[in-house]
Amino acid sequence: MGVKTWIEGWPVYRQLTGTDPLGRGAAAQSRKSKELTARTETADRVAKSVCPYCAVGCGQRIFVKDEKVVQIEGDPDSPVSRGRLCPKGSASLSLVNSERRQQKVLYRRPYGKDWEELDLPTAMEMIADRVLAARDATWQDADEHGTALNRTLGISSLGGATLDNEENYLIKKLFTAMGAIQIENQARI
Amino acid sequence: MGSNSLYGPVDPAPDAGYTDAPPRMGFFTDTSVCIGCKACEVACKTWNAVPDDGFNLLGQSYDNTGGLSADSWRHVAFIEQPSRGSQAFLGLPTGPSSAPAANVVASQQVVPTGTEPGIPPAVDALAAAATAGTEFVGAGPKFHGAGTGFHGAGPEFLGMPGTDLPGRTDPAPRSDFRWLMMSNVCKHCTHAGCLDVCPTGALFRTEFGTVVVQDDICNGCGYCISGCPYGVIDRREGDGRAWKCTLCYDRLGDGLEPACAKACPTESIQFGELDELRERARARVEKLHAEGVASAQLYGESEDDGVGGDGAFFLLLDEPEVYGLPPDPIVPTRDLPHMWKRAGWAALTMAAAAVVAFAGRRP
Amino acid sequence: MAEAHPVGFQWVVEAKNRGAKVIHVDPRFTRTSALAHTYLPVRAGADIAFLGGVVNYILSNEKDFREYVLAYTNASMLVSEDFLDTEDLDGLFSGYNPETNTYDQSSWMYAGQEHEGQSHGESHADRETASAQQHESHGPPVPADVPRDPTLKDPRCVYQILKRHYSRYTPEVVERLCGVPQAKFLEVCEAWTANSGRERTTALVYSVGWTQHSVGVQYIRTGAIIQLLLGNMGRPGGGVMALRGHASIQGSTDIPTLFNLLPGYLPMPHYKTHETFRQWVDDIRHPGQKGFWANAESYAVSLMKAYFGDAATAENDWGYGWMPRLTGDHGTYQQVLDMIDGKIKGYFLLGQNPAVGSAHGRAQRLGMANLDWLVVRDLYMIESATFWKNGPEIATGEMSPEECKTEVFFMPAASHAEKEGTFTQTQRMLQWREKAVDPPGDARSELWFFYHLGRIIRERLAGSTRTRDQALLNLTWDYGSGDEPDGEAVLKEINGYDLTTGKLLSTFNEMKPDGSTSGGCWIYTGVFADGVNQANRRKPGREQNYVAPEWGWAWPANRRTLYNRASADPEGNPWSERKKYVWWDADKGEWVGEDVPDFEKKKPPSYRPPEGASGVEAISGDDAFIMQGDGKGWLYVPGGLIDGPMPTHYEPAESMVRNPLYGQQANPTRKVYDRSDNPTNPSPPERHSEVFPYVFSTSRLTEHHTAGGMSRQLAYLSELQPEMFVEVSPELAAERGLEHTGWAHIVTARAAIEAKVLITDRLVPLRIEGRTVHQLWMPYHWGGEGLVTGDSANDLIGITLDPNVLIQESKVGTCDIRPGRRPTGHDLLRYVQDYRERAGLVPGHHTPIVTVEEPDDDGQ
Repeated sequence: MGVKTWIEGWPVYRQLTGTDPLGRGAAAQSRKSKELTARTETADRVAKSVCPYCAVGCGQRIFVKDEKVVQIEGDPDSPVSRGRLCPKGSASLSLVNSERRQQKVLYRRPYGKDWEELDLPTAMEMIADRVLAARDATWQDADEHGTALNRTLGISSLGGATLDNEENYLIKKLFTAMGAIQIENQARI
Repeated sequence: MGSNSLYGPVDPAPDAGYTDAPPRMGFFTDTSVCIGCKACEVACKTWNAVPDDGFNLLGQSYDNTGGLSADSWRHVAFIEQPSRGSQAFLGLPTGPSSAPAANVVASQQVVPTGTEPGIPPAVDALAAAATAGTEFVGAGPKFHGAGTGFHGAGPEFLGMPGTDLPGRTDPAPRSDFRWLMMSNVCKHCTHAGCLDVCPTGALFRTEFGTVVVQDDICNGCGYCISGCPYGVIDRREGDGRAWKCTLCYDRLGDGLEPACAKACPTESIQFGELDELRERARARVEKLHAEGVASAQLYGESEDDGVGGDGAFFLLLDEPEVYGLPPDPIVPTRDLPHMWKRAGWAALTMAAAAVVAFAGRRP
Repeated sequence: MAEAHPVGFQWVVEAKNRGAKVIHVDPRFTRTSALAHTYLPVRAGADIAFLGGVVNYILSNEKDFREYVLAYTNASMLVSEDFLDTEDLDGLFSGYNPETNTYDQSSWMYAGQEHEGQSHGESHADRETASAQQHESHGPPVPADVPRDPTLKDPRCVYQILKRHYSRYTPEVVERLCGVPQAKFLEVCEAWTANSGRERTTALVYSVGWTQHSVGVQYIRTGAIIQLLLGNMGRPGGGVMALRGHASIQGSTDIPTLFNLLPGYLPMPHYKTHETFRQWVDDIRHPGQKGFWANAESYAVSLMKAYFGDAATAENDWGYGWMPRLTGDHGTYQQVLDMIDGKIKGYFLLGQNPAVGSAHGRAQRLGMANLDWLVVRDLYMIESATFWKNGPEIATGEMSPEECKTEVFFMPAASHAEKEGTFTQTQRMLQWREKAVDPPGDARSELWFFYHLGRIIRERLAGSTRTRDQALLNLTWDYGSGDEPDGEAVLKEINGYDLTTGKLLSTFNEMKPDGSTSGGCWIYTGVFADGVNQANRRKPGREQNYVAPEWGWAWPANRRTLYNRASADPEGNPWSERKKYVWWDADKGEWVGEDVPDFEKKKPPSYRPPEGASGVEAISGDDAFIMQGDGKGWLYVPGGLIDGPMPTHYEPAESMVRNPLYGQQANPTRKVYDRSDNPTNPSPPERHSEVFPYVFSTSRLTEHHTAGGMSRQLAYLSELQPEMFVEVSPELAAERGLEHTGWAHIVTARAAIEAKVLITDRLVPLRIEGRTVHQLWMPYHWGGEGLVTGDSANDLIGITLDPNVLIQESKVGTCDIRPGRRPTGHDLLRYVQDYRERAGLVPGHHTPIVTVEEPDDDGQ
């Protein structure tokens, strides 16, 4: 930075020589202020999404920079919401980015007093073990008259109203094939 | 410097040296369609990474952030009040309203939000009193300079609520009711006291006519706080610097609307060119009057008021005091030109200090 | 609506600005009331009395839209001579069986069709399996040819029966039951009827406040009766709109994670009534019935082909033999009680938090504490994952980590931004979400979790010849080659294929019963019409007509307003220019309009079916309600509902008011679990209802979401509503000595919880049957985990269910409220026990179901 630039950058110089003698406007603007840009404008990409809270289905635009979500706001194209969001929808950036989000598999052993960490593949194998064991232990081929039942009443599941259709489809399909019928979600509640 | 640079109607951006300023931008907040959802508060914090304001149940109806502060740049006030004309509960076995005095006491028990010297939580909205019905005894709130509030430094709350509507004798049954909601924000005054008293140049007028604190310059002196006739600007605890609504200056520069206005579900918060907003607001008031809402009135829209008009103005459904707004805000620099005549131009570089001396005066 | 669906409320505000009148009826003054023209406080649990009063007003003043009613409803149809009304039987309909607490419905049927009616045994099975839920997409079966009286004079016609049934629901009765002053009630009646007809329509909007009652289905039925009588169904600006509360709760009903349904509202096979494939299919399609359900075999076979692929053949009945069978009630509440009884080993929680969000929180937690293992998949640490160390039962000493054997896996889940897929919003519209970023750490989507769980299990079972493993081994389970399954591949499977060409189907009309097509959810067929992901369409709303058909995709067939044939008159002309929506274009010889017509495109209004026609052919040119067996909107339901053909005012399961209209106090068919761990507060004619003298209701705040897992964890939402509170009127506060922002505790037979008091004019006492009734209100968002914590309102609520859909009555109950905090530790248990004893809820006590006869002095 040359001396001239430095002097011209000095607010008082700008104030005394410019159009802003009281030094309250252009002359007072800092370099940072001058260079401010909305982070939505510098995002690498924008994903078109839908708010995860209630069932109105407001459109969201999710702005991504360096593989991080940097902003979530309403999608003005949506004929449902016209770009608007409620406080929950407006908080969805922190829903996604909060440091309070659990990112590790945790395991509580029977009679355990606290959580332990577990790696994901091990947890998956352990859950599969338990599903198969519970299923075998409680399997019912038929009732006492020989009428087919083909099921287990040893396994239950609750949830789905916050999930995708594709997810619900796989959940119902797998559980049904497994013979697990006690599958429920918030629609019953 | 123009003749109205410190008081009276003026277009602030050209007056602040922007030779090719865009039209002045601002907010028109129409409280008649506000549903109190607080999307504005959250959208503002999300965009500007404003910290939370503490987790305190204030007992001020559904208001739990308490007021505008360094950590709440939008604030929704909730006023539960008896209302002449409404007959919401006519014919029901009601007794008198909940006791406003008790609610005020309760609201004073809140934990300070760490904003001293700033706005004690209950004051901005006066919503404490408003939780039960507000016919204020006395002259209404005074916001001139830094009075002594609940915590010793905030604006003073002089109005004590009466117990009920005039003409209703306690314990006459309550039959009428309404619930007012208003999203409050920095007014981006034409004559901004905060800006005029800022000694460091941290506060500045943008090309859009808005008033912004520059966090890279602010040194936390706090003079701006006493300079604001609305009690808006505030210092953040642990940070020390002054913070308030920027009208999303970064977004405006890119042609985007501010985060709160974008989120607002019912278009209670409207953003746009101030001239156009004023026109729209006047039409809205006329429509409401025609529909029988006689109490609809604009606040901060007139260029002839004590701050030269607000860049963020409101349509209210009751008197400003009911919402915790000063009825007659006056920029502390009103008398400055008069003083300057005596001080002379040579004192230009001392101006900031002079302003401070004036504004620091206790009433 | 402004409280829980603020962004949807923008349309109400816009309508209001254009001149619409907004009326809000709610037990408490909410943010919706604040913007309404008229607000009416009402007693929680008395909605049928209110709405029945509106029906009475319409019928006794002949305010119905007669031309619409005659053409499109079953008003003129004649009902069996055997039918007896609640007006005749003091609150019961004909056919009641006190042994099973269900009805033999044959006398409810149309004249001459009594044999079609359900026996009480069938009704019992239907209640246990919530079979009425199948009717979300279609009506229950009735034959098409029904005797009618178009003059509506015959005393056996539906119109006259309806009129008699509601004749006692006068404005005086509404005032006595609901607490609504007559003048205000009449203001609503006048506004509603004046704003309905050819030129105008009125919309009715409800939320879960209606579904969570022991008569929830009948609440909504009453709304539907009004809207049919006033001609507001199938027309723009009309309808009955359910505002649902989860992003894809509609989708999770369409593609159900529900025990009693398969995709597209096909019933889960019942071990007796659906023993064979043929029985199952015929039970759905009802041979001889008219309408689109006649093609049910195509939908059913296509589902089996989607599930089992080539292994599903005509020879093996498409693999039907592998399907598991229901034997009764396997709903979430039955499951929880079975968990307490040690019958269930493992439990998956998928983005759901029953420890806080389900009724009877204590039962939920005790059930979970008695499992072998529990898998919790969520974004944040929720109460249902930590009950074993932080739950309220730890504090009372009922549970300790050392004694709780449940093994718990917490599996972090991917957020909506971290996976692609569709949500179905509350108007049946699917919207595709693009993935923004990868999920952090171990977080994975449900798609990933279940795909890989299935993969591992199938690998373990590979080669098994056990019959029970064949369904798993024959499952089609191929969704791309990546670690993350391909969501679009799943959606394509849901849409369905023509298996002979490999092309995606464009409409369910292309489905075949011969195994040549597949489709995982027939009502979703078309979401991949023309091979394009229609749910991913994003043509901006402002560039389309107001129906916005090119944004997302709605089932069925991208139709945005159901039964829109009714938006035209019987001749096919719009009822009015102002309310033009779908009409018959005689020149083109087809139905045209703003929306996809809900009618065969080329079938003219003048079409009348030939003698003996069935299925689609039998739908007449003026049968606007094409999914109903008789093509008509039902004012009277001749079959298919457990609790009666017409909504009737019953008191909630817990009430301090004796039913003023009938000897029958509460719904005589409600589902109860009569167990000592699920006590019900006494109601008249039982004694001791005064122990719980107040009515309470619970609901949401704008600032939070359900059990708080997605809101109490976030600072920006937590600061807006930081503490559990209870709202009371100044009158109740005075009566009980409650202080603003002070503590109070609320007690029921299940629990005592504490909350901060908000004294507010927004709650008012009501005068019911000459006495003052106080209502109090609580949000149900709080629990023990998160940035802000507090007691859970759901702990107060017991388990009593609507018989049609098995949803709990959680919007109304009785309670006591006292100043100060609740006791802690073991004292808390003793405290609640003391209330139970004073209320007579002692061993051997059973809540009476039938109360038609006046009780003896003991109240039994």
